[in-house]
Amino acid sequence: MRLATAASEAYTTPLAVSELLGCKQCAAGRDQDEVPGRGAERAAGYPGGWAPRRAILQVGSEDAQMHALFADSFAALGRLDNITLVMVFHPQYLESFLKTQHYLLQMDGPLPLHYRHYIGIMAAARHQCSYLVNLHVNDFLHVGGDPKWLNGLENAPQKLQNLGELNKVLAHRPWLITKEHIEVSNEGLLKAEEHSWSLAELVHAVVLLTHYHSLASFTFGCGISPEIHCDGGHTFRPPSVSNYCICDITNGNHSVDEMQVNSAENVSVSDSFFEVEALMEKMRQLQECRDEEEASQEEMASRFEIEKRESMFVFSSDDEEVTPARDVSRHFEDTSYGYKDFSRHGMHVPTFRVQDYCWEDHGYSLVNRLYPDVGQLIDEKFHIAYNLTYNTMAMHKDVDTSMLRRAIWNYIHCMFGIRYDDYDYGEINQLLDRSFKVYIKTVVCTPEKVTKRMYDSFWRQFKHSEKVHVNLLLIEARMQAELLYALRAITRYMT
Amino acid sequence: TSALCSLLSFVPPQSPAALGLVPRADRVNSGSHLASLLGLTDSGFSDSMEKMSRVTTALGGSVLTGRTMHCHLDAPANAISVCRDAAQVVVAGRSIFKIYAIEEEQFVEKLNLRVGRKPSLNLSCADVVWHQMDENLLATAATNGVVVTWNLGRPSRNKQDQLFTEHKRTVNKVCFHPTEAHVLLSGSQDGFMKCFDLRRKDSVSTFSGEATEAGQGRWWVMTGWVPVLPVLSCCVLRLHPSFAHGQMRDAECEDVLKTTWLLWRLCVAAPLGTLPSGPLFWATGQSESVRDVQFSIRDYFTFASTFENGNVQLWDIRRPDRCERMFTAHNGPVFCCDWHPEDRGWLATGGRDKMVKVWDMTTHRAKEMHCVQTIASVARVKWRPECRHHLATCSMMVDHNIYVWDVRRPFVPAAMFEEHRDVTTGIAWRHPHDPSFLLSGSKDSSLCQHLFRDASQPVERANPEGLCYGLFGDLAFAAKESLVAAESGRKPYTGDRRHPIFFKRKLDPAEPFAGLASSALSVFETEPGGSAMRWFVDTAERYALAGRPLAELCDHNAKVARELGRNQVAQTWTMLRTIYCSPGLLPTANLSHSVGKGGSCGLQLMNSFNLKDMAPGLGSETRLDRSKGDARSDTVLLDSSATLITNEDNEETEGSDVPADYLLGDVEGEDDELYLLDPEHTHPEEPECVLPQEAFPLRHEIVDTPPGPEHLQDKADSPHVSGSEADVASLAPMDSSFSLLSVSHALYDSRLPPDFFSVLVRDMLHFYAEQGDVQMAVSVLIVLGERVRKDIDEQTQEHWYTSYIDLLQRFRLWNVSNEVVKLSTSRAVSCLNQASTTLHVNCSHCKRPMSSRGWVCDRCHRCASMCAVCHHVVKGLFVWCQGCSHGGHLQHIMKWLEGSSHCPAGCGHLCEYS
Repeated sequence: MRLATAASEAYTTPLAVSELLGCKQCAAGRDQDEVPGRGAERAAGYPGGWAPRRAILQVGSEDAQMHALFADSFAALGRLDNITLVMVFHPQYLESFLKTQHYLLQMDGPLPLHYRHYIGIMAAARHQCSYLVNLHVNDFLHVGGDPKWLNGLENAPQKLQNLGELNKVLAHRPWLITKEHIEVSNEGLLKAEEHSWSLAELVHAVVLLTHYHSLASFTFGCGISPEIHCDGGHTFRPPSVSNYCICDITNGNHSVDEMQVNSAENVSVSDSFFEVEALMEKMRQLQECRDEEEASQEEMASRFEIEKRESMFVFSSDDEEVTPARDVSRHFEDTSYGYKDFSRHGMHVPTFRVQDYCWEDHGYSLVNRLYPDVGQLIDEKFHIAYNLTYNTMAMHKDVDTSMLRRAIWNYIHCMFGIRYDDYDYGEINQLLDRSFKVYIKTVVCTPEKVTKRMYDSFWRQFKHSEKVHVNLLLIEARMQAELLYALRAITRYMT
Repeated sequence: TSALCSLLSFVPPQSPAALGLVPRADRVNSGSHLASLLGLTDSGFSDSMEKMSRVTTALGGSVLTGRTMHCHLDAPANAISVCRDAAQVVVAGRSIFKIYAIEEEQFVEKLNLRVGRKPSLNLSCADVVWHQMDENLLATAATNGVVVTWNLGRPSRNKQDQLFTEHKRTVNKVCFHPTEAHVLLSGSQDGFMKCFDLRRKDSVSTFSGEATEAGQGRWWVMTGWVPVLPVLSCCVLRLHPSFAHGQMRDAECEDVLKTTWLLWRLCVAAPLGTLPSGPLFWATGQSESVRDVQFSIRDYFTFASTFENGNVQLWDIRRPDRCERMFTAHNGPVFCCDWHPEDRGWLATGGRDKMVKVWDMTTHRAKEMHCVQTIASVARVKWRPECRHHLATCSMMVDHNIYVWDVRRPFVPAAMFEEHRDVTTGIAWRHPHDPSFLLSGSKDSSLCQHLFRDASQPVERANPEGLCYGLFGDLAFAAKESLVAAESGRKPYTGDRRHPIFFKRKLDPAEPFAGLASSALSVFETEPGGSAMRWFVDTAERYALAGRPLAELCDHNAKVARELGRNQVAQTWTMLRTIYCSPGLLPTANLSHSVGKGGSCGLQLMNSFNLKDMAPGLGSETRLDRSKGDARSDTVLLDSSATLITNEDNEETEGSDVPADYLLGDVEGEDDELYLLDPEHTHPEEPECVLPQEAFPLRHEIVDTPPGPEHLQDKADSPHVSGSEADVASLAPMDSSFSLLSVSHALYDSRLPPDFFSVLVRDMLHFYAEQGDVQMAVSVLIVLGERVRKDIDEQTQEHWYTSYIDLLQRFRLWNVSNEVVKLSTSRAVSCLNQASTTLHVNCSHCKRPMSSRGWVCDRCHRCASMCAVCHHVVKGLFVWCQGCSHGGHLQHIMKWLEGSSHCPAGCGHLCEYS
């Protein structure tokens, strides 16, 4: 019966899409008074966030496969959220993403449903991602969660509170996770105490945490705007911007933003053209002369260290005044614990060698052992994200982008101290310019500080779909990095 | 035909594995450029065979000695390899590369190959291999993609010989040719395998996993052009001359198809403007990482490689362009493979999917011969020398032990080595002809020598037991003689007169476990008729567990039990009703789920009830009223020690009986009009239809008023309950309810402690459960709900629930079992309903699974569940014929089949509707 209604509603999806998109127009109008820093992500209204509305609409006018995906997503969630609308640039990935998310949230698993959403809220709140928090508050209440818990982590059961520490470390400094963290969050694992975690539950929680940390990155990285229909009643309403649809009031505003986008493109067209050319030239060079100059081993090692150290200081300068929003932050105790602190103090990130503990061999087995089938799903998702390519770069076709993708992936892992023995970290410096690094760094480590300016300033000539593609790489690499650290700790705990 | 199955099926009958050593016709192409480069010529081939036999005989004579021992390494090991003299072992890891001599009592470090001030990544070894022909030659694979060879014969301290930096990614495996001194093979993460000739500076040939993956024929098109492909390709292939003669190989087919498809796209689809908008993907887009490469020991030119995507490829070393054969062996990466040292063409593979599979490659298609399921992903697999069916495995994660399996007995490992404290990363048999020494290196930084005789054998710890029900309820039980002998007093089974024993088996002398087969078999026969479980099924089906007031439930269940001749159970139900449904308690009692407090008083009543009922038989409750009315009941109570409840219970109750009853007498006076009303109405007349009808409305009044909102809510939740309540009420046996009214109400006022009966009821439940009637225990538990739940600990409850559900499912009472699951309050039980609730549906047109959750099939783009009668999509109850898979709206189909017996879709099938 339930299936029947869901599916019949799915037929109305095109309508729903256009409705949403239509509604987004109003929010799009707000784009003009773009503020740097916090709040900007909400200012860009349409589902696609930073991408101009036209690009999204074009996608929205869709083909059969996307349609099917939308229908799926709608049937599973009862809504078509903005994340889906943006990700549909890459249907292949989206399918796998939705499948995984559906499994994590709704299918068989060790954790009860409301716990899952609550953990999602906890994780998203770590990055002050009000968008995800709102979504999951609704879901949380929908599956029968206790509204009292939403007043803060201290109102949640002890069991979830125990997870707080792990959440914090995982989000900001995953390399610090040790088996002690696992032990703490598991105190009395073997005792049948009420608030102890079983290993299966823990793995489920860890997967959820990492999933939502990285999804928060995506939300900010693409500037996903709040769901229009998220009413403010029991949500964490962002302080300044109302969630209500205001298209009735501000009709006719959208032309402004289109103009703006156009002008932005015009300005940058000349030098960004060279940007792409230069990038391609570098890739070509690297491809050709790889064999010629063989760097010494010490050189290789130091390159990694340099890259790692530098990644600490890659930060845009205009993000200092940011203060976390009160509403969301009540989910975690100390807001001061963030990535920034640590980079200030120049703490040393230990090196994690992927050859000793990698996802394919070790992580997968552990996850699949404790939380069957999820390992498979995540593995598939990683694979698709890593291998996704259309062999295009901006206006060029038939380009082998594997080198670029690998550079991005490894750069992110490098920021987390994860090293590939068989990678020359010099390549990263050649391929990724500073503004791009700033963007990556911000999206991955402190997503709440991403601004539209950052989004616009890297890879200016590239298409929006390509920028979304980059974001997919970012979030998957981040998720894998966090998972690797967490799972390694669990493994050590088990041995 | 009694199903006395062979209980000790521990040892599978050994099939004399008709494994033909079919000599494979190697296409030796002596003129081949490559072959000559490698020196792999026919003469070399025969040469090496000769060499090999010589080696075999030479080493066969030596006798190894040693003991189980281990030594500490400075760092975790990644791989180990043994020298052919079986006296040295090399250990390699990220920061260790040493050679140890294996001595009688200990390992002695002989050589540290990791030299230099600042060891480079070239020394961070992922794999190491020692040449089996030349004891000075070693090769390592580095994590940074470098392949290094080492010559121990070099005079300098640095033994490094050659450096190959051709791989772009980590090299996972290196392998020497078993007989040729200078041929080295490597497999890397970058998807390439390279063959090196050690006499040259670079690789001789490169094998790419990518080129051949197309052989699988995976076609990916972004949009809906898939259906065209098979048709198209079939046509093309049929026309192609070499296919017609069966000469075309997979990869060639692929090429043809690819070309055709592209041509078709350009010539047909493009002009029509129907070019698929999405890009076209070939699955060959990226190369898959190579996880293992192994030269065949028997086939000179052949090697096997395993891949991250689950494939295994077979290559001819002379033909680097495409592989000879490819098949998907595992789901997920194949981490390792090993050729059988004796049997040509046997390949064992181990993968992340926790399986070890043994393949026979001599046949036309690779045939899976054995499959061993382990508990963790398989990192290494090595055939045990001299034992045809044994292989050793170790795991990559979680599990630290090394297992030796007999592939014919895939469930219990033949031997197990438990020395390591962290995952084992490398295993090697010390000598190619000695099955008793196994060496292993581990992440816990230790190197071990395991002796087979010191291994723990899980089989010995297991108690081979078999238990089986026969068709007629006989129970057979067999166990090891020694175990059974321990508990004496049981006569061994001497054979059944009725049935022949047919599980005599021939013992296989080769089987190491044959000794265990001596066992005792006992058969418990059931008395004829005694085994019938009809009552169980009936009871399960007819019991009412929820949805009505407690009193009615009890009455109903009592009635059911009585009709099935289970008087004791019936009595219990009646008593429960009496205990919990006294009129004073009715408000609470009516809510079958809530309110446990005050739910139990009237113990005396129960006991007296017992006795009364025992004496005159069933259905004489009316008389009971009178016995209560006159306060003679205390005498009754005192000798009520007879019946159901165990002695201690009675002692317990008797103590409190008398005073309580006096209390009863006391409060009678100050009672409200209900009590006063009752005796007057009941005693004089006994009209069985009139009275109840009076009684029930009364009760309803009481019920409805006090708990107000709570009650209303309850009703709202289950509307049909309130609707049918009146009817049900008048159907239920009335007289007993009547008796209750009069007496226990008084008891309530007497303020007995509310939990007064819980002990009793608890013991009663335990009693039933102990007796094996878990049905009763669970039913009572459900019916009484909160009233008793708190008195019984969670685990016991859960245990009862699961046993009952198990029983129900054995009798295929799915509906009942589901109801029980639903009604259970134990979380572990109620979540049984949440598991695997997915219903997989296939499209009725194309018979493919429906992947999307809608009603439209992805592939044929039609609505899948159309009603065959009205031709609309069915969105509610869909009924379909299991024969022809046509169906439709329940109503429509029913109507149709009234008039016709043929399928409404016109397929000619004679549908059956039941």
